[in-house]
Amino acid sequence: MSMLHTVNKSPFENSSVASCISMCAKSSSILFIEDAVISVMKSTKFAEMIESSLKDFKIYALKPDLEARGLSLNNVIEGVEIIEYEGFVDLTTEHDSVQSWL
Amino acid sequence: MSEEGIVKKFMYVNRKCPYGTIYALESLEVVLITAAFDQDVSLAFTDDGVYQLMKDQKTDGIGMKNFSSTYAALGDYEIKKIFIDKESLDERGLSISDLQELVWEDEDEDYAEKSSINLVSRAELSKIMSQQDVVMSF
Repeated sequence: MSMLHTVNKSPFENSSVASCISMCAKSSSILFIEDAVISVMKSTKFAEMIESSLKDFKIYALKPDLEARGLSLNNVIEGVEIIEYEGFVDLTTEHDSVQSWL
Repeated sequence: MSEEGIVKKFMYVNRKCPYGTIYALESLEVVLITAAFDQDVSLAFTDDGVYQLMKDQKTDGIGMKNFSSTYAALGDYEIKKIFIDKESLDERGLSISDLQELVWEDEDEDYAEKSSINLVSRAELSKIMSQQDVVMSF
C-alpha cells in the first residue's frame, strides 16, 4: 500500500512536518503545500531532517505555493521534486490513499 | 475633557506566513487603519512573519491577491518603525537582503529616503514591546 501524505503547515508553527516524517512508511510520498513548502528550503533549521528523509521517501513541493511566498526554486533542497497542480492530481491517482496532516 | 490629540504607541506583531492564513493581510489592513488616526505605529516581524516581507512574491499560481507591494506604502502612512527579528531570519537561513527594502521620506531633509527597517535581536524586540501601550498579535 502506498500512501501520499500532504502537509500544509509551516514546520516552525507546529509539529505536523516532523510527525508526518516519523510516521511515514517507506513506500510513501510526502507533498508539501501551502505554508509547509518552507520545509524544503535549504538552510532552514529543518533542512537536515528533510535531507535525511529523502533517503526513505519521495518528497514533493507545490511550485505555485513556493512562488507565492517569494521562495526561490534555486534554493530548494536537492532531491525534492517541484510540481504543479497537475502533478498533485497525478500523485493522488498514483497512490492508494491520501493522508492530510493538518 | 477632549480626547483629541491622544497618541498611543501601537505595535503590531506579525508571526505568520502570508497566504496560508488570512492573518498577514488582516494585520496589514488594521495597521493602515490605525495609521490614518495619527497614532504611533510600529510593526514587528518575527517567527514565520518574516516571510511576509520576502521579495519576488508571485501569487498568480495560487489565485490570491499579492499584497506584498502594499508594505512599500507604509512609509507614506508615516509608519517608519519596522522591526525584524534577526534570530527568526537566521533560523530560516534568510538574510535581510531576501526582504523588501522599506523606506520613508523625511520632509525635514528635502524628502530624503530613509530606511524604515531595523534589524533587532529578540532581546531588543522584547524591550521595544514592553514600551508599547497596545500590542496586537497576528
